[in-house]
Amino acid sequence: MGTVNSVTNLGRSGVYDWLIQRVSAYVLALYTLFLLGFILFTDVTYESWAGLFSTTWFRIFSLMALVAIGAHAWVGLWTVTTDYIKAMAPRFLVQAGSGAVMFVYVVWGVEILWGL
Amino acid sequence: MNSKRPVNLDLGKFHFPLPAITSILHRISGVIIFVGLAFLLYGLDLSLSGEDGFNQVSALLDSFLAKLIVWGILSALLYHLVAGIKHLIMDMGYGEELESGRLAAKATVVVSVILIVLAGVWIWGL
Repeated sequence: MGTVNSVTNLGRSGVYDWLIQRVSAYVLALYTLFLLGFILFTDVTYESWAGLFSTTWFRIFSLMALVAIGAHAWVGLWTVTTDYIKAMAPRFLVQAGSGAVMFVYVVWGVEILWGL
Repeated sequence: MNSKRPVNLDLGKFHFPLPAITSILHRISGVIIFVGLAFLLYGLDLSLSGEDGFNQVSALLDSFLAKLIVWGILSALLYHLVAGIKHLIMDMGYGEELESGRLAAKATVVVSVILIVLAGVWIWGL
């Protein structure tokens, strides 16, 4: 702590960031493998595809993955931006931009999942 | 001049060890996925909008450019997944020594290259 960066990372400490990154990684790995398996090993039609996304459990799983992406990308992009963008103003600008895009992704995803 | 002084400071002769390269690729692939997510969400949105939308995505995936974009995103995703699983295995205490770390980095490259090639075959074989 003590540096200006510690207010912009998600968990406010390296240990929490590490944990957030691991938990979200497990969720995203399971989601990716499931979806790849579904596309590879079943005959995907509109009915089966829309059917999968209409089940409550898969909507919840998808929402979980979406939130995990938000957290995972924030921790990851925070690490990358603090490593490579040394000047404070451009770094904050890129971090704020990334955060805004992440937020749009999550809201867009919720809209897709629940067809709002 | 003292001839015993070290002279090999030619930066062109230094090179990144493989674990450093797999690490930077993990970062690059992460950024690619972040950008690629917009394409994936667009496709998901369209595919779930109705039968017409689903067929539109299907037709879109026939074009070379769309195949290339999907393969690019999938490659980044597969690499990021493999390198990420390596991280999770390292969390359990494996591959933390110099030699095992190098071996794990090699395995990451080999496994992800195989998967990326298979993904390409799959996408262009559709």
